[in-house]
Amino acid sequence: MMLDLRRWIQIVATVLSNAWLLFPFTGTIYQGKLKSFCVPGLNCYSCPAAVGSCPLGALQTFMANIRPSLTVGNFHIGFYVIGFLGLIGSLVGRMPCAWVCPFGFMQELIHKIPSPKIEIPRILAWLKYVMLVFLVILLPLLVVDLFGYGENWFCKYVCPAGTLQAGIPMIILQPPLRGILGTLFAVKLIILVVLLVSMVFIRRPFCRTLCPLGAIYSLFNKVSVFRMVHHPDNCVLCKQCYRNCPMGVRFYEGANQKDCIRCLQCLRKSCKYGAISYEVAGALPVEKKQPVKES
Amino acid sequence: MEKSGYKTPYLLLIFFLIVLVVGINIGEVEVVLEKAISICLSCIGIQ
Repeated sequence: MMLDLRRWIQIVATVLSNAWLLFPFTGTIYQGKLKSFCVPGLNCYSCPAAVGSCPLGALQTFMANIRPSLTVGNFHIGFYVIGFLGLIGSLVGRMPCAWVCPFGFMQELIHKIPSPKIEIPRILAWLKYVMLVFLVILLPLLVVDLFGYGENWFCKYVCPAGTLQAGIPMIILQPPLRGILGTLFAVKLIILVVLLVSMVFIRRPFCRTLCPLGAIYSLFNKVSVFRMVHHPDNCVLCKQCYRNCPMGVRFYEGANQKDCIRCLQCLRKSCKYGAISYEVAGALPVEKKQPVKES
Repeated sequence: MEKSGYKTPYLLLIFFLIVLVVGINIGEVEVVLEKAISICLSCIGIQ
């Protein structure tokens, strides 16, 4: 079976994000200069194979360290990461989730396991914004120790990518760490297992309900250079786009919804009626098919 | 879509590019590197 272009790009992005293959010999994480750069997807930088930084982890670190930073006059409040995320969002919105996020890729693969598929209530989509506001911004910023340092709340208490990519590999690579595992790790393991199992039955459950990185990118969907376009005149409401969408987006209700990850599956594999296309800066409508509305 | 809507992405691009450059100039790249090259046990739920 031929893999489509998106699948190839997902594979390449996952490999490039985790290209430090010497970790079994070094027993620790990659510590080179490439880690100065953030990757666009969710990819824990404590993963032994990771060669870049997770923007979400980096953002939390800036939030958690703002007070000490300001105290010494550094003003390190996260301009670098906010600028990086804003640039990507302004260009393509939530597209990185579909094309270059290793954790999103994994969810799609697991969802291919044959099973009954179920849908989740739409209201759960708002949970990721709660995660963003509270666990990524407010709590790291406001709950601080005596010296003014906060914690990476989302990484520490929720992030399943961190548990899978970093927590588990590190306790395998460094056996002494097993001695200090506690309740926190058990809770994170349960979160991971619940999500892994739910991925079999639900389309991208983590992206849709919990991912703060996707929440950030989603804010740009309606104002990015690259935008999806819905042509209601051509739409026959067959809902094929919804059935094939890895995020369960009802495209027929409008383009550029917050959960649209611009995978283009609806355009390429679902809509036969020319109701879906995309535009770049509003100037280049491409792939708008001729209407073939059935009588 | 209104033509004025096409300006928004470019204004955002310029804004966030400036923000990115400010971050690089005040040394935030080094802060990211410093954090990323050490294993944060509490960040990954081990401690």
